Amino acid sequence: MEIPAIVGGGLVVIGAGIGIGRIGGSALEAMARQPELTGKIQTVMLIAAALIEGIGFAALFAL
Amino acid sequence: MNNIKTVSFIATLILLVSCLNFAFAGEQELKTDTDRDIRKEYKAFKDHHLKDIHSFKLFKYKKEEKTVYVSFPLPVIIYCQGKLDVFMSSKFYNHKNKRVEFKVDDRIYKIDDHEHIKARNNQGEPLSLLDLSITKNVAFIILAFFIMVVVFGKMAKSYNSNPIPSGVGRFLEPIVLYIRDDIARPNIGEKHYKRYMSFLLTVFFFIWFVNLFGLTPFGSNVTNSIAVTASLAILTYVITTFTANKNYWGHIFWMPGVPTPMKIILAPIELLGTIIKPFSLMIRLYANMTAGHVVLMSILGLIFIFQNWLGGTLSFGLAFALALLELLVCALQAYIFTMLSALYFGAAVEEHHHEEH
Repeated sequence: MEIPAIVGGGLVVIGAGIGIGRIGGSALEAMARQPELTGKIQTVMLIAAALIEGIGFAALFAL
Repeated sequence: MNNIKTVSFIATLILLVSCLNFAFAGEQELKTDTDRDIRKEYKAFKDHHLKDIHSFKLFKYKKEEKTVYVSFPLPVIIYCQGKLDVFMSSKFYNHKNKRVEFKVDDRIYKIDDHEHIKARNNQGEPLSLLDLSITKNVAFIILAFFIMVVVFGKMAKSYNSNPIPSGVGRFLEPIVLYIRDDIARPNIGEKHYKRYMSFLLTVFFFIWFVNLFGLTPFGSNVTNSIAVTASLAILTYVITTFTANKNYWGHIFWMPGVPTPMKIILAPIELLGTIIKPFSLMIRLYANMTAGHVVLMSILGLIFIFQNWLGGTLSFGLAFALALLELLVCALQAYIFTMLSALYFGAAVEEHHHEEH
């Protein structure tokens, strides 16, 4: 049986979702612990999220 | 004044590069089924909506069993066989709104379903051409260019007489300062950041403005075209490559602080990385904006698929919420593009003392 490519795409998106979720959660914890670093944490969080997001889109475009 | 010149230069460059429409070979679809399929019809409408077209379609209405289209044409500029042909795209249609061929000297032009222009000569042989047309996207890029020149030119002049900005400048000044103090300074460094400010500001406001145009009715989603995002990413790549110092190249070709066999393995990977970085910039912006519009259009399409009050209400509410989210995404994508560009510039001009590691 052949597995359609969209299943792989879905798996990658699930992975990317978990990754971004973890980044967001960790950033939230870090910000709660050190509110004075909120700006810096936010910047790093957005960059990391954007990089993972890129992988998700690359998978969708490879379909 | 020098900054304004740089800004206009960069905007013109973006304009020129993105004019080159990527040509794809498209085949004509045969319509065999005569019964109406709403889903298919809506899908075709959605796909067409997301495309860059040669005319400005406003709306259509039915009058005495006939559909009347209200649109106005945009100029078509074609470079073919060493000659430049300029005419309006309305020449491709007759008064009944059917596609017709248009002849200039011995070159016959035709437009297909996918809005691609094909050329052939009198003998029917296909000719290669370069499409430099002012399409809907290009028209909106020009609009964004003029808005930026007028708004920021006025804003820059107002500082000569009064250090406090007035009008729209009051809204834009904090954003400019944010880009300087929170994006450029920490990422590029105190010493070099001024060199990159004009590019970062231009690219931020350009992406932001064209993304917002994409959300207006009748507006075209400019960043939906991979040619536009590619030209923006190429600019980042060119600036990174040509302003890089010897530390940057040293990091790529001879990574300090690792054993020699590792250096040989790392060099091609690092070299590939310099190309992957702008490539991911291109894909990110393009995919984010396209995905946003596809989702928005799909949810609006639920109205036509459900065809009852429940589906309509649900669809409207969801579409409204998503449109608000898109407003945020517009600014966020502009911010991320600027941020990552600044990061890459920062890596290019960084000065390190690796002996201490």
